[in-house]
Amino acid sequence: MPTLSRWFIKTGLVYFVASLLLSLLQKMGAAGEIWSGLSAFTPLFYHWLMLGWITQIIIGVSWWMFPRRDREQPRGSERMGWVIYGALNGGLLLRALSEPFVVRGTDPLLSGLALLAALAQWLAGALYVAQIWPRVKLK
Amino acid sequence: MPKLSVYFIRAALLYLLAGFTLGALLLTQKGLPFAVEIWLLRPLHIEVVIFGWILQLVMGVAFWMMPRFAEAPFRGDERPAWLAFICLNLGIWLNLISFLIYDAALLGLAGRALEVLAIVLFARHLWPRIKPFADKLAAKGRE
Repeated sequence: MPTLSRWFIKTGLVYFVASLLLSLLQKMGAAGEIWSGLSAFTPLFYHWLMLGWITQIIIGVSWWMFPRRDREQPRGSERMGWVIYGALNGGLLLRALSEPFVVRGTDPLLSGLALLAALAQWLAGALYVAQIWPRVKLK
Repeated sequence: MPKLSVYFIRAALLYLLAGFTLGALLLTQKGLPFAVEIWLLRPLHIEVVIFGWILQLVMGVAFWMMPRFAEAPFRGDERPAWLAFICLNLGIWLNLISFLIYDAALLGLAGRALEVLAIVLFARHLWPRIKPFADKLAAKGRE
């Protein structure tokens, strides 16, 4: 399995555990009435699960197993693959730091982080599509 | 990769682009509110990502990678899987339209029904392929 795929898949597993722990924490919070602010983490839970876990695993496995692009670069640009990895995970972390706390643009720092998170995740998706598209082909 | 998988996976990638774009708009709206109407796009974001991207990608890869038969047609009857592709995408689009139109519950119902039909058709195609690999069967036959 290529190094990049291992990073995507292992990071995906970390997000899988982290997302469910976050959900568990939310349920404990709701059951014990610890902190009502935990409900603000619900979108983060879903994005860690759907993006951090499922989408990241799909990217890692497709990078590894999809048909080869050509002889020179069988999997496409390795460097671009790392950019996708950085943008996706950087975006998810920025999202964790900003989304649960941001309140209608009242804090410029949190608003800026949320904007950066949105941009980074969108960039990761667009670059992944551009990289994998030529490998989705008839044998 | 077979032609139907190319269709499924390329469609999934287009939905990924659309889903990520809608998601980026929603997160931007949270950080720096610019148009409250953006929240109307939230159900579209969820539909596109779950049914258009993830489900469709899984179906495309499953059609490609599940065990084939020892004799032609190697993937069995492909027609239910092709119909599933059409029903799934039609269902997604009906749902997306229903989210944007006021009082479109029937359209939404039709969309979800088409998605259910797509999954049933796909399961109908895939069921006989969930078996040992063709070469193992052939080896058994030679014994």
